Amino acid sequence: MISGNLVILTAFAYIVVLFGLAYFSDQRARRGRNGFLRSPLIYTLAISVYCTSWTFYGAVGSAANNGLEFLAVYIGPTLVFVGWWFGLRKLVRISHSQRITSVADFISSRFGKSGAIAVLVTLIAVLAATPYIALQLKAITSSLRVMLASDSGSFAANLDDSSLALVTAAIMALFTILFGTRNVDANEQHHGVVAAIAFEAVIKLAALFAVGLFVVFGLGGGLTGTFERAAEAGVTFVSDRDFGSRWITITLLSAAAIVCLPRQFQITVVENADESHLRTASWAFPLYMLGMSLFTVPIAVMGKALFASGADPDMFVLTLPLSANQQVLSLFAFIGGFSSATSMIIVSSIALSIMVSNHIVVPVALRSQGFNANSRPEGVTRLLLTSRRIAIVTILFLGFTYFWLTNGSGALAIIGLISFTGVAQFLPAILAALFWRDATRQGALAGLIVGFAVWVYCLFLPAFAPGNVILTDWVNNGLFGWAWLKPQALFGIEGIDPLVHAVMWSLMGNSMALIGVSIATENDPVGRLQAARFVDAFRLGSSNQSSYIRSSATLNDLFRVASRVLGYQRATQVFDQYEADRRDRETAEPSPAFIADLESELAGSIGAASAHVILSQVVSGDTDAIEEVIRMADETQQILEYSQRLENTTTELQSTAEQLRTANAQLRQLDQQKDEFLSQVSHEVRTPMTAIRSFSEILLTHKDLSSDQRQQFVTTIHSESMRLTALLDEILDLSALERGESLWTDTDTDIGAALQRAVDVCTPIAQERNFTIISESVPRDRIVFANSDRLSQVFINLITNAIKYNDSDAPFIRITCSESDGHIAIDFTDNGPGVAPVDRDIIFEKFARGRGEGDMSESGSGLGLAISREIINRLAGRLELVPAGETGACFRVTLPLRAEQQAAQ
Amino acid sequence: MAGVDSCLGGTEVADILIVEDEPSILSSLEFILKHAGWTIESLTDGESALNKLSSELPKAIVLDVMLPRRSGFEVLKEIRANPRTSALPVLVLTAKGQQQDRRTATELGASEFITKPYSNAEVVEAIRRLLSGETRPDAG
Repeated sequence: MISGNLVILTAFAYIVVLFGLAYFSDQRARRGRNGFLRSPLIYTLAISVYCTSWTFYGAVGSAANNGLEFLAVYIGPTLVFVGWWFGLRKLVRISHSQRITSVADFISSRFGKSGAIAVLVTLIAVLAATPYIALQLKAITSSLRVMLASDSGSFAANLDDSSLALVTAAIMALFTILFGTRNVDANEQHHGVVAAIAFEAVIKLAALFAVGLFVVFGLGGGLTGTFERAAEAGVTFVSDRDFGSRWITITLLSAAAIVCLPRQFQITVVENADESHLRTASWAFPLYMLGMSLFTVPIAVMGKALFASGADPDMFVLTLPLSANQQVLSLFAFIGGFSSATSMIIVSSIALSIMVSNHIVVPVALRSQGFNANSRPEGVTRLLLTSRRIAIVTILFLGFTYFWLTNGSGALAIIGLISFTGVAQFLPAILAALFWRDATRQGALAGLIVGFAVWVYCLFLPAFAPGNVILTDWVNNGLFGWAWLKPQALFGIEGIDPLVHAVMWSLMGNSMALIGVSIATENDPVGRLQAARFVDAFRLGSSNQSSYIRSSATLNDLFRVASRVLGYQRATQVFDQYEADRRDRETAEPSPAFIADLESELAGSIGAASAHVILSQVVSGDTDAIEEVIRMADETQQILEYSQRLENTTTELQSTAEQLRTANAQLRQLDQQKDEFLSQVSHEVRTPMTAIRSFSEILLTHKDLSSDQRQQFVTTIHSESMRLTALLDEILDLSALERGESLWTDTDTDIGAALQRAVDVCTPIAQERNFTIISESVPRDRIVFANSDRLSQVFINLITNAIKYNDSDAPFIRITCSESDGHIAIDFTDNGPGVAPVDRDIIFEKFARGRGEGDMSESGSGLGLAISREIINRLAGRLELVPAGETGACFRVTLPLRAEQQAAQ
Repeated sequence: MAGVDSCLGGTEVADILIVEDEPSILSSLEFILKHAGWTIESLTDGESALNKLSSELPKAIVLDVMLPRRSGFEVLKEIRANPRTSALPVLVLTAKGQQQDRRTATELGASEFITKPYSNAEVVEAIRRLLSGETRPDAG
């Protein structure tokens, strides 16, 4: 038996304690003694605002219904804090240097300080928070209902659920206004609130632990005893649903939520006092979540084991101690749940109200004539505070409305996931903001719009369907009755879990729109500047580099603007500081750095987009200046790229030039050879021509020649003509051989027969000169693959050369054969003058002739050896001059034997 | 006047020494120069030509460039280097029709230069000029 009034009173007392704590902390912070408040521990505890009443109550319900699915909600954030620590650090670094006030401010600031994006993000955030706040109201209402059930005498017991929720919402609104909007802080840091949230984190963990310990050891008889009841309670922990697509989806959603949820962004990023605190949070926060989940399963098991099947598993945390008549423990549990809900509501509505006032109210006010004309000394502070208070009331009222419209239907966990999916739409834009330089304002806007639309269509609206005929029909049959537009089965893809379905389509559409539109569009100058500041946050350092390179505004203009936003007092402070710091007192013109500082000072109060707009009104030429800076930066970049390309080209050119030089040298050598060849040909042609011409002239002019003389001269003319013809034939022959033209066909040729034919041809000439041809050891049946005529030609050439140049008294040539390694070698050794050492290298060149003292009357064209060598080369053999005896020359022809070739193959 | 002397044929030393290794050309030169009235001595290589010149001094020399053993240019160089033969008129014949050969010949001190194939009259005219001490119009 617990008194209803005691419960109400305890709740109020708890709120008073919280408020006192917050007030005390604020006072300490104001006096600068905030060492403890800004510790990593407080920071980590405050991050646990993530664990709301959904976690406190709903996780047990989820475990009871869906087994281990509830763990996914913890695993997502754990992955982010442990595995994506650097990403969070970048987020915090950028937000500090850009004086970011909210998640909407962050996205809008990155994408060209776009007002439209800020408004859209704010709207999505408010809409996504609505079910979440409704969830907290439902949790408080349900838990109150449970607590008051036994005491019908309490005034609250007589209210229906909706009224109870409305009262709760009103009290929460009042409380949040008192907490969060007492002043407009620079940087939007709320020391008092953070301290209170940290305190609440301790309370909810302690309460859950107390209940858990009681359930396990008081009711279950220890861990073993507790789990032994699991089977009998019908709780299964590993089912088909576990670790499936839904499980992965929830992990993804919760990972996104820990970054995208406005309240998480507020605590993790905006309220962060020191980047290094993240280091502690990266392990401490997952540990906290482990603590929160430790007793979830035992409580679910015991609840199911002890209560009838109709009992609400979401309330097991309360009903278990109540059923055991543990009044103090029940009350503690209630306060724990209450604190989970209040911390979420307070931080969410503060974060959202900042977004609403900065991104919606202030821009509207800035545009109105009245605001600029009427420069009140307290600046926009009053406007900001008022708009924030109204926003808080509105947000809580929206939450209540959602609660009322859905009749508090659905389990806590389901409602929470709708919110998660809503804010997850920020994820693509945030990731693009951090890492993708070419993401544009239009891209981000398109992605957000698509994701938002799909979310509303597929998940947000269908949540209202139960109890609404029109919506139910629409969910079942699609919009306008088009089946492919069924919100839970788009494009006819049926059978997917509605949550997985919505997450898949919304995030896919969102990302594709973001990427597609970004590729199709270009960043404007401010967008490019901000992209660089965000993406290169670590490289650029945290210095606030100015985008203003010159300004036409005077200090007075700026002061007037600043005092409107900051209030007279704060503005005076800022400008006095500037006057004290600046060295150059000559000009009244403010430095670009100061204007940039002032903009971030203003941004700390009203957000980047509004601050930029308001300063641009007085600092004319600002946009031009940015354009100029960007243009210069672009040009520098282009010059760098150009010079890089130039360098590459130069290297290429150098190597090409080197190749050309080599080719040119080769060509020049060939050209020289050609010249020499022509000169040789000319000489060789001129010699017979000379004789022909001379003797013709003699025949023409000397009519009195004897017939013998006449006959002799005509014979000479004839033989010289023949020589000329032979020469031309040989030139053409050699030329064809050198070009590799196939002038003959090879067949199996008996080398001995070819040799014998050559000897036969040469014998008459030899006999004429008393020349002996000795043919020894010429083999039979040695087959080479060759043309027998060509082979004989080579042999004849070698023999006739020996005859021509031999001046010995008993001239001879000895032909010998030998075989080795499948080759046959034929040596032609003579006893002539031999080849002079200087000639050995050139003897096979065209027109080269020995300079020996031989019989010059037999001089040939000088092409014989060149042609012979070409022929032998073509037959895969070698023609070479080998060292002979003391006198004479030895030419050796080596050819591969046909039979051996075949055997080798 | 030298021509007149040789016509008389009283001396043992031939009027003209021909150094040419190409038999058919040599025989044509012998024929036309004999018919022009000079006495002829023929050799077929550079070495023997220089040997000959060390003992006998003809009135003029017809020198082929492409010769076995010592080339025509080498022979010409020695002729000009030796004070005894330095004034000897030399007609250089070459089958290589290039300007380079003509320049080399001129530099080495050739008195006349004719490219093969030549006309018989051209050779006879050149020898006539050499023997009369005239220089070719274009050689000045």
